[in-house]
Amino acid sequence: MHLMYFTEQPMSAYPADEGRDFGATALMFSNKYFDPVAGSRLYNEYLEQYVYAEEMGVDGIMLNEHHNAPFCMHAKCNIFAAILAAVTKRVKIVLLGNPLPLAENPVRLAEELAMIDMISKGRLVSGFVRGGGQEQLAAGVNPAYNRERFEEAHALVVAAWTREGPFRWEGAHYQHRVVNPWAVPLQKPYPRAWIPGVLSKETIIWAAKQRYPYICLNTAIEQTKKIWELYDQAAAEAGYTAGPENRGYLLRMHVSDNEEKAIRNARQFMWMQGEFTGLLHPVWSAPSGYFSPDFRRAFAESVAGRSASPRARPSFEQQLKDTMIVAGTPKTVIPTLRRILEETRPGIMAIWGNDGSVTPEDAKTCIRLLGQEVMPALREIGKELGLNDPFEANAPVHLRYSTDIRQMPQAAE
Amino acid sequence: MATGRGWSEAVSEVAGVKLHLARAGNGRPVLVLHHDIGGPDRLDFYDSLAERFDVLVPHHPGYGKSERPQWLRGVRDVAVMYQWLLSGLGIERASLIGLGFGGWIAAEMATMAPREFHRLVLVGAMGLKPPEGDILDQAILSYIDYARAGFHDQQAFARVYGDVSTDQLVEWDICREMSFRIAWKPYMYNQTLPHLLGGVRAPALVVWGDDDKVVPRSAGERYAALLPKARLEIIRRAGHCVEMEQPEALNALVGPFIEQN
Repeated sequence: MHLMYFTEQPMSAYPADEGRDFGATALMFSNKYFDPVAGSRLYNEYLEQYVYAEEMGVDGIMLNEHHNAPFCMHAKCNIFAAILAAVTKRVKIVLLGNPLPLAENPVRLAEELAMIDMISKGRLVSGFVRGGGQEQLAAGVNPAYNRERFEEAHALVVAAWTREGPFRWEGAHYQHRVVNPWAVPLQKPYPRAWIPGVLSKETIIWAAKQRYPYICLNTAIEQTKKIWELYDQAAAEAGYTAGPENRGYLLRMHVSDNEEKAIRNARQFMWMQGEFTGLLHPVWSAPSGYFSPDFRRAFAESVAGRSASPRARPSFEQQLKDTMIVAGTPKTVIPTLRRILEETRPGIMAIWGNDGSVTPEDAKTCIRLLGQEVMPALREIGKELGLNDPFEANAPVHLRYSTDIRQMPQAAE
Repeated sequence: MATGRGWSEAVSEVAGVKLHLARAGNGRPVLVLHHDIGGPDRLDFYDSLAERFDVLVPHHPGYGKSERPQWLRGVRDVAVMYQWLLSGLGIERASLIGLGFGGWIAAEMATMAPREFHRLVLVGAMGLKPPEGDILDQAILSYIDYARAGFHDQQAFARVYGDVSTDQLVEWDICREMSFRIAWKPYMYNQTLPHLLGGVRAPALVVWGDDDKVVPRSAGERYAALLPKARLEIIRRAGHCVEMEQPEALNALVGPFIEQN
């Protein structure tokens, strides 16, 4: 198993009352409430925690980015990735990921990622995402072309990494006279790409067609199993059998040295009303054209306040019950984790350990217990259940590098 | 297909795209171009026009019942499609009435064929960067709040849309997606249009509601200044959707203007 540590890098030092009064902590919630003095302190605390996580034995550090919102103060994936490339020695740097449609110049993104891969001596895992709905608005990028831009930017990044330059790119959304970056990845054929997601069937099918692992972002167990059914079917159509090496799972879990404290800190996962993307605004999180037409009616109703968002989350107690949030001491969480692993069978697992205003001391306790007690137990369970990660399975980076497919179908790109 | 009050509905194919077209009346041809939120198919304003003109009300490509052309990228493309529609129907010397977003399309059409059109009527037209203020951004408003912003009097909104159905919300979402596809950035205007309006030969009537919260009146003043033969009229107690809120007052201006020789 590949076991990662994750935090959203919460900008917890903001006046929560102001957010509640405004009714949203996204996009238009004014940055006059952002305190750069606290920001500077928090960035450095998070950096210290990542380094500590490596010392405590995690396999990877998972990073992401969001914009215009306090729930995540990491505004550019590649910044912390570049820092970690220099200050860590062993961990994989797992970006889940760069929001491709937001890139106006995917070649530049390919260069940055290649630099991170070389500086880290080949420790980059370069995941890609579509970016949230409100991020399209924050970046001024047309939500109606989100998926087209995602797929074309991906094709261009991979071309920049793998094709000998110079070449020309005349696409629908990107045109480049000369693609010839003088920075290419150390890892060949290119760094592994993992694709995280929650809801969109199109993304699950797309990932399966590329043979990229799909990382379920804290989905409920039953929902996760449905995602694997869809993935497995698309994999079979592409000519291969999907296994644990194709599956990742992000779990919100806080561990502590006592139960009570663990539960108290786990409540911080609800610090912004428990929504995955903070106190979200239904209009900004679902701009027209961003979601699949399958969801058009559901989102039209939620935008008008007539129904809950299709992304809405249950109460803290319900999430504990459904193991979407896990809290406890290593001794009490390990049996729960065994059940989750038995049910969902991922080869990749990310633990979202700390959120909100968990103190730096408690965050480090959580990281220590994760790295030294929980993860070693998970590795044993993983071995027992045959949950190999993509490195252990020596899985192909992309479908086109498969050696187990007799008649190679074309990947849809 | 014939419907009430002499309206017939037909499908016209333009550039491989099936466009929905409603038509009624006799006389001078008048092409009416609807808002970015689509619009009810039947309005008192349309009926009044049809009493003296041959009125054509298409659904824009990708809006309402018209097919979405996946390739469409700009409002000028829509303007070209409507030139094609008119020539395909054998219609010459049409007058154009553009409502809000439709006004932008009408203005583009007039610049493309300066001698072709009889009269140009722009009502709360988008298409120009307002010298003061900004065009209201629907991307950050709910469908209902954006539609409501088009009215001075919320009772007028209720008269037109009643209790908004989920079907209506879905239709607004489809309209909004298409508006994003063709007018996302710059939002709802064309930076080159002001340089080209000087060539328009058709006399133009620029009409603005005195309480237009969607397109600032400064844009109307700019249209009136840039179009060579234009006058600006302000209609009282009207928001952006003048034709829904003050149909009689608008008709009293537009009817005689188009009837002129």
